[in-house]
Amino acid sequence: MTETTDRDDRVPGLLPQGLDAHLVVDRGSFRLDVTLTAAPGDVVALLGPNGAGKTTALRALAGLSSLTSGHLGLDGVRLDRTPPESRPIGVVFQDYLLFPHLTALDNVAFGPRCQGAGKAEARAQAAEWLDRMSLADHAGAKPRHLSGGQAQRVALARALAARPRLLLLDEPLAALDARTRLDVRAQLRHHLADFEAVAVLVTHDPLDAMVLADRLVVLEDGHVVQEGTPSGIARHPRTDYVARLVGLNLYRGLAEGHTVRLDAGPAITTTEQLDGPVFVAFPPSAVTLYRERPTGSSARNLWRCEVAGLETHGDQIRADLTGELSLTADLTTVAAADLDLHPGAATWATVKATQTHAYPA
Amino acid sequence: MTDTGTVETRPRRDRPGLRSRTVPVPLLVPALIGLAFLLLPLIALLVRAPWRSLPEQLTSPGVWEALRLSLVCATSATGLSLVVGVPLAWLLARTRFPGRGFVRALVTLPLVLPPVVGGVALLLAFGRNGVAGQWLDAWFGITLPFTTTGVVLAETFVAMPFLVISVEGTLKAADPRYEEAATTLGASRFTAFRRVTLPLIAPGIAAGAVLAWARALGEFGATITFAGNFPGRTQTMPLAVYLALQNDPAAAIALSLVLLAVSIAVLAALRDRWLTPP
Amino acid sequence: MTRSAPRARRIRQAAGVSAATLLALSACSPSGSDTGKGSAASSSPELSGTVTVFAAASLQESFTTLGKEFEKDHPGTKISFNFGGSDALAAGITGGAPADVFAAASTGTMATVTGGKAAAGPPATFARNQLEIATLPGNPDRITSLKDLTKPGLKVVLCDRTVPCGAAARKALNAGGLKLTPVSYEQDVKSALTKVELKEADAAVVYRTDVRAAGDKVEGVDFPESAKAVNDYPIVLLKDAPNPETAKAFMALVRSDEGQKVLSGAGFLEP
Repeated sequence: MTETTDRDDRVPGLLPQGLDAHLVVDRGSFRLDVTLTAAPGDVVALLGPNGAGKTTALRALAGLSSLTSGHLGLDGVRLDRTPPESRPIGVVFQDYLLFPHLTALDNVAFGPRCQGAGKAEARAQAAEWLDRMSLADHAGAKPRHLSGGQAQRVALARALAARPRLLLLDEPLAALDARTRLDVRAQLRHHLADFEAVAVLVTHDPLDAMVLADRLVVLEDGHVVQEGTPSGIARHPRTDYVARLVGLNLYRGLAEGHTVRLDAGPAITTTEQLDGPVFVAFPPSAVTLYRERPTGSSARNLWRCEVAGLETHGDQIRADLTGELSLTADLTTVAAADLDLHPGAATWATVKATQTHAYPA
Repeated sequence: MTDTGTVETRPRRDRPGLRSRTVPVPLLVPALIGLAFLLLPLIALLVRAPWRSLPEQLTSPGVWEALRLSLVCATSATGLSLVVGVPLAWLLARTRFPGRGFVRALVTLPLVLPPVVGGVALLLAFGRNGVAGQWLDAWFGITLPFTTTGVVLAETFVAMPFLVISVEGTLKAADPRYEEAATTLGASRFTAFRRVTLPLIAPGIAAGAVLAWARALGEFGATITFAGNFPGRTQTMPLAVYLALQNDPAAAIALSLVLLAVSIAVLAALRDRWLTPP
Repeated sequence: MTRSAPRARRIRQAAGVSAATLLALSACSPSGSDTGKGSAASSSPELSGTVTVFAAASLQESFTTLGKEFEKDHPGTKISFNFGGSDALAAGITGGAPADVFAAASTGTMATVTGGKAAAGPPATFARNQLEIATLPGNPDRITSLKDLTKPGLKVVLCDRTVPCGAAARKALNAGGLKLTPVSYEQDVKSALTKVELKEADAAVVYRTDVRAAGDKVEGVDFPESAKAVNDYPIVLLKDAPNPETAKAFMALVRSDEGQKVLSGAGFLEP
């Protein structure tokens, strides 16, 4: 440990404002190694599949598990050795963890109380926060009498009432049903936009991440595989996982002019002119399906496929295809009926070159 | 507020069908045998009780003195067990240290130790000439054997493991993340324990305290060995019962009935208040 | 004793009882001290089986010695002892515990057995025990009399008045006109002695035999008032004795010269 500290103490200067962290946590065969920086006012989403290390990173930030090495700075102050109760860091837990024996008001007053406020003062502050969350009417309710959305807002109020300089949210919407989720997501976005310090949220839901965050950090297997703005990542996914998340078909291959020869399978014709290793992406809506081999089509990208699965996706049908190229295609319910698509059905898929997007890998 | 989307709903207390269903015979028969086995000695005590001479037996001041001492000592022993036993349970449930399993085994040792041996061990430790007792005597002039404090210590020694085991079990079942949530709000580990964990495990503590209290109330071997037997100072009900048994079994039964009645009354009252879920 | 023999025979209705009984009877008679050992030995061919003896705790050392001797003299027999507080043993016997012989530390306790018709005849006194003061080794508090125990600051333990040694101590204190407040009334004589052995108490009023048995862990102090509170140790054959013949032979050994030698070696007085 001391060796690690010596090395880290030589880290030349932390960012004077915001979050500056290099989190390394070794846990048996799993190793988390993530660099994370954010300016005050930023909302960063840690996005990744289960087991990617998102929660580990969040716990390390909160001080609930210790760093193997690396550093954690907040507003220019080293916090790696600071116990969790002394870190100006608030957490909204996945299942909120509202104290069941306390009312909503006392849950929110807990932080101010711990920071030395008197009972009356802490309650006054708490009441203000609840009011801001439009929960004044439920101040006296025990957590078990709150709806999911209300509980989520109480949890947010509780974390904010401690006036953190870093707010951590662990899957803040995961415990909610689909309908509540829409409302709560909108409210949360509003509250996060008001929050003047750094917010880091952990989620496996790309929509939550894209709606709530200014910047996404995608974690896979303990490492950052991609980071950037939501639109940047949506346009230029760099891993299968990210592509699936943002609903794109993604392939890796070697470009030679307008043609990209895929690592496995056929070639794709693109509009971009590139050389060397590239990614090619196109959305499922860019795919057109035919039952018979199209004759009049000008599409260069034509593959023989077979339907592996079908699922409803809003008012669309998403078809999972295998064959010369594995891809997903979106089509209307009517079109799906016309084509008489069913699992096992043979089909032809085309994508116009103008709807593909190639970028260097 | 509407009911939809409630995070947690309490289970209904009356689940239809559960009560009306028949109990399987392989469970019912041993259950009834077990119940009879526990109840029969108590019934025998009632049947053979000297009801006619009972008023006379119970008006002797010695009885009430012993009863008062029993209640005071058992309650003090429970209090002492709470003060040191709950933190001990927390240590065992929430921290990791080398030899924790061994320490846990040591804590439960008084459960298997014959109480008389426990009393001798207490004498060897806290007696006037004991390992620690000789210093208590030399430095503070405190001697514990033959005192009411000695009774409390002997009862605590025997009763505390019940509390520790009970509280440790509750702590292990309780979600430790509430404590984490509290620390992220600025609570020290102790504040988190006091303001969050303690209220959460209160039912387990209450159950453990009641067990410990009941055990302390009936304590005999360690008490008489460590604290001796002197009316009004160290003679608790079980001691009075035992000595009465030597030459006046009727008086012993009468005393036992008093002890039984008081403990049943107290346990029933506590059970209603603490041990049944709201 | 003589009167009880026919009754025991009637109850048992066992064959070959009379001869053994007669032999045992002669051994039991107080004047038969010279024939004690011989008669017990001569009856050996008929003696067998296990004899269960309930005996006062203070008899543990001497009775164990005698039991071993008896088994050696009469191969095929076994003397099984249950030592304990006389009152607890008496309660066990009246409650139906299967025993052949009961040896108590007080006539009062014996009376609860004979009064309850559990005995096969009147009890006979085979030993007496006298009180002694047990002090710490070297007698640091310089206790020389019963009166010295009333010195303030001295921690004295007595037996509870419900057990024989406590009743005897009370009698002795009354005889001396003394008022003594102990720190504890112990449940039996052994726990009273233990308190002194562990140096928790400065002195205890116990039996000479207990002081003797404790060796050099305590020091005994005689006091004249003890003569007023001598305990008689009665022994009796029980009515429902499973093995009365061998039991009688063992009782004879206890009362023989040999037995008396062992008992006085343990600190008992002759009856």
